[in-house]
This record gives sequence, C-alpha cells and structure tokens, in this order.
Amino acid sequence: MMDFINFHLMPGIILGSIYALGAIGISMTFGILRFANFAHGETMTLGAYFAFTLVQLTGWHPLAVLPFAMILTAAVALGIDRVFYKPFRASPAIILVIASFGMMLMIRSVIQFSWGVQLKSLVPGIQRPYILFDALRISPKHMLIVGSALMLMLAVHLLLSRTKIGKAMRAMADSPELARLTGIDTEMVIRATWVVGASLAAAAGVFLAIDTHVETMMGFKLLLPVFAAAILGGIGRPYGAMAGGLIIGIAEELSSYAWLGDGPLLAPGYKAGVAFTIMVAMLIWRPSGLFRGKVF
Amino acid sequence: MDQAYGIFLYIVSLLTMGGIYAILALGLNIQFGFTGLFNAGIAGFFAVGAYVSAILTTAPSARHLGGYELPVVVGLVAAMMVSGAIGWVVGRVCIRLRADYLAIATIGIAEILRLILKNETWATNGARGVSMVPKPFEYLPEPWNQLGLMMLVLSIVAVLYFLLERARTAPWGRVMSAIRENEPAARAAGKNVEQFRIQAFVTGCAVMGLAGGLTAHYLKFIDPNAAEPVTATFLVFVMLIIGGSGNNKGAILGAILMWTVWSATELVTSRLPDDWAIRSAYMRVFLIGLVLQIVLQRFPGGILPERRLRAVKGGKSDR
Repeated sequence: MMDFINFHLMPGIILGSIYALGAIGISMTFGILRFANFAHGETMTLGAYFAFTLVQLTGWHPLAVLPFAMILTAAVALGIDRVFYKPFRASPAIILVIASFGMMLMIRSVIQFSWGVQLKSLVPGIQRPYILFDALRISPKHMLIVGSALMLMLAVHLLLSRTKIGKAMRAMADSPELARLTGIDTEMVIRATWVVGASLAAAAGVFLAIDTHVETMMGFKLLLPVFAAAILGGIGRPYGAMAGGLIIGIAEELSSYAWLGDGPLLAPGYKAGVAFTIMVAMLIWRPSGLFRGKVF
Repeated sequence: MDQAYGIFLYIVSLLTMGGIYAILALGLNIQFGFTGLFNAGIAGFFAVGAYVSAILTTAPSARHLGGYELPVVVGLVAAMMVSGAIGWVVGRVCIRLRADYLAIATIGIAEILRLILKNETWATNGARGVSMVPKPFEYLPEPWNQLGLMMLVLSIVAVLYFLLERARTAPWGRVMSAIRENEPAARAAGKNVEQFRIQAFVTGCAVMGLAGGLTAHYLKFIDPNAAEPVTATFLVFVMLIIGGSGNNKGAILGAILMWTVWSATELVTSRLPDDWAIRSAYMRVFLIGLVLQIVLQRFPGGILPERRLRAVKGGKSDR
C-alpha cells in the first residue's frame, strides 16, 4: 500500500501539477487564438534554460529566480506573437498551426545552439526524502514543486475571476465575436493570454527541471500529455486544464503499478501512450472535454 | 576523372533521396494541399512502411521478426497497405474535428509508433534496427546498381505524379478543393465530407508508407531514429509549402530543391571544426524554419502556386 502511494500516487501528483501548469497555457491559446500551439513545449524548455542561466549567474535557489525566468519567457512569447503569429490573425487556423510547428523547431534549435545538448541539473546534489509516519516518503523538492504549482493555480484563479482582463479572457474564450462587440480590446486580451500562458509554461519547465534535469527535448516530451490534458479538461477551460493535467499525470504513473499480478500493468516504456489513449478516447466520445470546452 | 565520377555518384544519390522526399511531398499534398488535412506524423507512417517492407523481404534473423524473403514489390505494397490502415484508424477518430486535432493526434500516433518500434525488440530488434534489407539491383556492377535504383524511384515519382494529376482534375479532386475552400457549401451540395477526407488521408498515408519502404531498401537498414522524426516531418512540410501547396509539380520541385539545399549545407557544416559542426547543424534547422515563416507570410503560394481548375461547362463531368 505504501509503495503504491510513495512510488506511484505521489509522483503522479507531482507530474500532474507540472502538466496542469502547461495545459492552462495551451488550453487558453487554443480557446482564445483558436489554434493548437505546437511551440508550447519549447516555451517550457526555454523557461527552464532561462532559470538555469539565472541560477548560474546569481547562485540563488531556482524558485527565487523563477519570477525572472517567467518574465523573460513571457517577453519572448510576446515577441514571437508580434513577428510570427500576428500577421495571420485573419488567416485560417491551419496556417497558424504550421507557423507554430516551425516555431517549435526554431526555438529548439536556438536553445541547442546557445546552451548545447548536454544534460544539466538545476539543483546540484541529491536530496534525501523526509520519512513521515515511518512510511510516507516526501522529498523537499517535491513539496516545493506541488506547493508552488498550487500557488500559481490560485493566482490564475484570482486573475480570471477578480480582474477585468481575466474576465475579458474568459469572455473571449467563450465567444470572440461577442467579446469584440462588447468593446473588449482583443489585441490586449491576446497579449495577456500569451503572458499568462508563457509564464506558466516557464514555471512548468522549471519545476520539471527541479524534479529531473534540464535538457533540450524536455518540453517536446511534455507536449503530448499537455495537449491531452487540455482536451480532457475542455479547450478554453483553465480549470479543466488543471484537472486534466492532474488526471493525466496520475494516470501515467498509475499505469505502471502492478494492478494485476506482479509485473507492472503497462511496461514503463509505454507511459507516454497513456496520455495519448485518454486523448483519443475523449476525441471519440466527448470532444468537448470534462468541462464542456470548445470544439472546433 | 575520379572526382567527376564521385560527383556523378553524389548526384545519383541526391536524386534518389530527393525522389523519395518527392514521394513524401506528393503524399502530403493529397492530405494538406488538396484537402487541408494537417498530418504532423509523417515520420510515423514513413517508419511503419519502412519496417513492414524490411521485415517482409529480409532473410531470417534471430534478432527480429522476419525471414519471409518476399520480393521487394510485395514488401512495398504491404508497406502501403499497413500505413494506409493506420491512417484509416487515425482518420476515423479525428477527421470530423478541425485540422488542429488531427495534427495533435498524428504527432501522438507518430510518437506511439516510435515507442512500439523501440520497445518491441522481438519484432524490430529495438534501437539497433533491422539491417541487411535487400536492395533492388544490388547484383549489378557499381554505377548501374545505383542508377537502377534511382530510375526506380524516379519512375515511381512519375507514375504517382500522373495518377495524382488525374485525381486532381477529376471530379474527386474538385470535391477535395471544394471541401477545403468551403466545407458547408460542399456539404450542401450533398458531398459526404468525412468520407472524402478519409479517402484523401488514407491515400496520403499509403504513399508515405511507400516512401518509407523505398528508404529501407535504399539504405539497406532502418532504425527507430533513422531520421530525427519531427525534423523530417517538418522538412516535408517546408518542401511542399515552398514548392507550392496544392500543386503536384510544386511538391516535386520543392522536394528536390530543398533536399539539395539540405544535403549541400550538411556537406559544408560537416567540414567545420567539431564544435561548430554540431552547432551549425542546429542553425540549419533554424534557418529552414525562418525560410518557411518568410514564405508563409510573403509568398503563401510557394514557387509554383496552385492553379485553379476552370469551371466545367454544361456539367458534363459533374457525376
């Protein structure tokens, strides 16, 4: 039983909160800008590398440099939107998907060019987990990750429910035409979406880097589960994305638990298939997702 | 003389691989150019075709499934059928949703296929891949075997071009562009949009499987990372869009042109000092991406833009 909690459920929650942060951004850009942003994974990688460089420069803890990494990543996302996506606002969404597919490889190659492809670690050394009640193993870095992820999700909730720009974002995700008619500055909302999406993506990248390490393909590996989480929660539904991220993360980790017999239910090599299977099942039976999101 | 011979062989290999990419670009043109379907998993369908053809045609080996020693033609046909079947399953799930979902699902299926090829060691020899794949014409003396294979690839390109041009100008192709341009209108005209889309998607996937099979026979070897999957997929998109999406001639031109640029720049970068060789390889991907963004923004039609079919008078071909 404790093995189940320590080695499957807890890692699932940690991975799930990282997915949740990534999924919010992808769900919001899909809902508001109406296209599946393939470069979102690379945005997460970029955030992790910014944090890596800032840690090298300052020697602070990764969490202390996180706000700066988030600001830098958001600035890059705004610049990319201005130069590469804005000319296509009136074009069919398929053009934007291609542009973002190209952007994914462009950002990745810039990262590979500037930082190299060797693995890097953000937090040096190995941390020993705390043992609670003689059985529950929790390592301090995992408490930090889950705690900070929850704080960020709370901040997103406050932004969306209490501020004018947050309400405008939700309105535009519901119906861009109606939002425009009521006088909402749509360009402003689009910029706000990029800032929120990219800074949460940067946070997701940094948390994953704290948990494992920094590498150039880390964001691409997150892309599929994060898309799955966004579709599971419902496109354009930030709370759905959070729930979807947690479900996908937990499902991935639980898939390798020995539910039947002794061996893992699913060979760990196929963990990535779990997110995909959940996504395909949703697309077949309920494309609007758990929270009744958009279907295009 | 030796140098001239080397250049000759280089051009032959350039045209062989360029021809294989032209087949891929033609396959993508059916899906993306004609119909507006976004397939982000080209590498997956390509890999399936390569493995199917390789396993069916190789001699027995203890390391992987196989030993059927079937003729290469059978391997290639089977490659098309299996890739097409996988395309059918993916198409059934996503085709009624917008292109974005298909893009996500195809990039997912490509990842899953890569995992299967890597993990199912009993069938595929895992990461070490399948080797000793028979190569057509390999019994001929040195330049003729290479030339024979090049001619085979180029004639497949020519046949495909002929068939696809027929399909494009036939009522089938007109329905395709009608769906792409104005789906509600096509629906209102009584066309079964889902059915037509699935046909286009499956045909395209089968063509990609054929290209995969040809590559396995050409290189005599295939492994899960034969080509860095996403970069290869992207390269095919760049070829099609630069050549002219929707135009079969454009697809072939774009493929040969971009493949020449791609492999010529590799020649340059591999001569740089080690550290710079690795770095400039990344810059190459960046520059190709930048070229694509410029083409998308400034010259969306590509080099050979799609030519609109003229309206048929009297409705004779409106079957």
